Amino acid sequence: MTRLCLIVLLLAATGWRAAAEALLIRNATVLTVTKGTIQDGSVLVENGKITAVGQNLSAPAGAVVVDAGGKFLMPGLIDCHSHTAIEGGVNEGTVSDSSMVNIEDVLDPMDINIYRALAGGLTVSNVLHGSANAIGGQTVVIKLRWGKTAQEMLLAGAKPGIKFALGENPKRQGYTPPAVLPLGRPAERRFPGTRMGVEDVIRQSFVEAKNYQADWQVYRQRVARGEHPVAPRKDLRLEPLVEVLEGKRYVHAHCYRSDEILMLIRVADEMGFKIRTLQHALEAYKVAREIAEHGASVSTFSDWWSYKIEAFDATPYNVAILTRKGVLVSVNSDSDELQRHLNLEAAKSMRYGGLSEAEALALVTINPAKQLGIDDKVGSIEVGKSADLALFEGHPLSNYSKALRVWIDGHEYFDRDKDLETRPDFERKKRALEDKDNGAQQRLPTRR
Amino acid sequence: MVTVSGEDLPKATVLLRDGLIQDVGAGIAIPRDAWVIEGAGLTVYPGFIDGLSRWGLAAAASSTTPAPRSQGPEDRPQTYSFERAADLLDPGDHRLEAARGAGFTAAATFPDRGIFEGLGAMIGLAGARARDMVIDEPIGQQITFRFGGGPASNGFPASLMGNIAYVRQLYLDLDHYKQAKATRRPEYDHALEGLEESPRVLLPAEEAQQIDRMLNFAPELKTPVLLYGLHEAYRRIETLKQTHVPLLVSLKWPEKPRDADPNDAPNYRELVMREQAPTVPGLLAKAGLKFGFYSDGIDTATGLRQAVKKAIDAGLPRADAIRALTRNVAEMYGLADRLGTIERGKIANLVVTKGDVFEDKTTIEYVFVGGRKFVPEKEVHD
Repeated sequence: MTRLCLIVLLLAATGWRAAAEALLIRNATVLTVTKGTIQDGSVLVENGKITAVGQNLSAPAGAVVVDAGGKFLMPGLIDCHSHTAIEGGVNEGTVSDSSMVNIEDVLDPMDINIYRALAGGLTVSNVLHGSANAIGGQTVVIKLRWGKTAQEMLLAGAKPGIKFALGENPKRQGYTPPAVLPLGRPAERRFPGTRMGVEDVIRQSFVEAKNYQADWQVYRQRVARGEHPVAPRKDLRLEPLVEVLEGKRYVHAHCYRSDEILMLIRVADEMGFKIRTLQHALEAYKVAREIAEHGASVSTFSDWWSYKIEAFDATPYNVAILTRKGVLVSVNSDSDELQRHLNLEAAKSMRYGGLSEAEALALVTINPAKQLGIDDKVGSIEVGKSADLALFEGHPLSNYSKALRVWIDGHEYFDRDKDLETRPDFERKKRALEDKDNGAQQRLPTRR
Repeated sequence: MVTVSGEDLPKATVLLRDGLIQDVGAGIAIPRDAWVIEGAGLTVYPGFIDGLSRWGLAAAASSTTPAPRSQGPEDRPQTYSFERAADLLDPGDHRLEAARGAGFTAAATFPDRGIFEGLGAMIGLAGARARDMVIDEPIGQQITFRFGGGPASNGFPASLMGNIAYVRQLYLDLDHYKQAKATRRPEYDHALEGLEESPRVLLPAEEAQQIDRMLNFAPELKTPVLLYGLHEAYRRIETLKQTHVPLLVSLKWPEKPRDADPNDAPNYRELVMREQAPTVPGLLAKAGLKFGFYSDGIDTATGLRQAVKKAIDAGLPRADAIRALTRNVAEMYGLADRLGTIERGKIANLVVTKGDVFEDKTTIEYVFVGGRKFVPEKEVHD
């Protein structure tokens, strides 16, 4: 099955995307997320943007018309925590502060998981560095424009981020280095080894960043006075931290326990920066008020916990409690598999905590859009926003529904029927290549 | 006589003296002291040049005292930018003879360790002493991304993004170093000295997204670049047409490993790559893009010849194959006035064959390296 999928997915790279100038999707139940539900609704798309939403819209001349009778149209799903499409390692785990590395440098637009996620209605991912370091690498927001280059996938205008991580991962809990490494070098453990140490790394780095910022300010002042000083050394580790201090880069902090959430809030207040999202944050329900006061938001799992000690004191009501306490919440995947059905992850918050349908849908659309500062562009079906749309067979909060077609900026990137239709052909092509590959080897003389 | 500088000369003479080509053409006067080889039935080509090689360099000696664990860019991890291939040459390298057997007479050779591998040299593939071999140096700096060591790695960087961040930081440091040198005496940094001395940098770009990535990254380095690898370039011909970056195509075509695990089936993309990679040279030639070939670890005469033949069978015109092995490589390294064609004044590197050089039944009769004649061992044809 995996193989089958793969074949089809590659097909899509060269495939069938219609670059329609105008597109009218009509007769659908339109779940706008921000402006209610429209029965027998239509959405008009022109030049990649939504230009009209309502009932009985007529198609302009030349428009592609999709009759979506009995189906559900929603904004493309948004995942606030993804590690898809990263080449050559998700972590630069050798140092406690790896802020010099940037996910943008290693995006792999040919990662097949992009297409598989599209097939679940996902259109935007916040691609994060891993959680091995107190301060991790720089992060980017992408649109899943399958078949395009890495640069073309970047969501223009989205503020870049940086990954932080607290707790067991950065202090390397359970990580036992081999007694002796290759070359006979004795094993060394990386600082920090405690939660106190994690706090220290973050504080220390920001102290350095502030000094660095000051050095550059002095330099610029001297240049402005007409002097010719030597510029300070550009330090790729400290640059992004200065951007955090200046509000030009979002902090996405991996965390679990409530005490360390409070710790990070205190450090942030002390150093003068804001935490944009607390990621995972399984104990956030205990400190919802403090999180709301700081202005942070939470991106969490629906019902995934107990996979390590610090992730035990969790509840699936986390999402609902935080929502009711006024915290902006999204539900994320952190997984190539889970990102294919984020709609169902959102639905669980109706069962656990009784969120409304609109609130549940918001967890994977407009809320993560707000968290990423892109809610003026995506996250709901509204006039003026990008035409990132997912057409579902039934209601997307039902686990019997499938995504049928997915558009980004009005371009179609996934069509379930066409996908199924082209599978036999690709199966045949792949088999032919395999036969050729095997044959080529058999012809080689055997060594004796 | 396939001169590569102009038309082929059907009945010509080439006169070599003191290691250089003294004259070439039809009916040139033959000096009385010349030693004459009758060329009827023979074809003469310029000597082939390996565009990115390890020939002439012994494997880097592993130091007995391991480097301390790198804590970041400031520790200059895996950086040998200051080492010079020219100082490490081993005229006794047995691969030189095999390379000559396939018609190679020169190589752009680079040390093989670390991320910044050191300063390369253009060498002739023969010489009694190392200093006889060097044609020009330094000709550039090869960068290789090394990652995936896991816990066994020796510190920063252990990921691809760490490698890229490190290269970026080192070039920023170079900028700063140069500025500082202009006003005061900065602390001596041999890693940066090596970078400063290098006239160009070679960046790895095997797969499509790696080609995009390196084309995007190259301007940050503010130094001329070459891309090497290019096996998936059939997906990026249009992109490459927009740039004027010289390309080095690896001759080691991707193929099913001899001891492949039957349960570890290659994915579709990999299968396509195994089929399509040899079409890359033909596509590049058709697009009018300049490229050269490099040996990439192939070090038998048969292996090298068969690899070039594979590209020809996949659509590369023979004349372009010859160019990719001669003149193009010389031009990429700024040595077109000394290597790559049969012209007056150039180094006397020649291949003399009976038949077309890429055909199975062809024999290479002589190879001249700097005017010195070698008679390769005859291949056994089956």
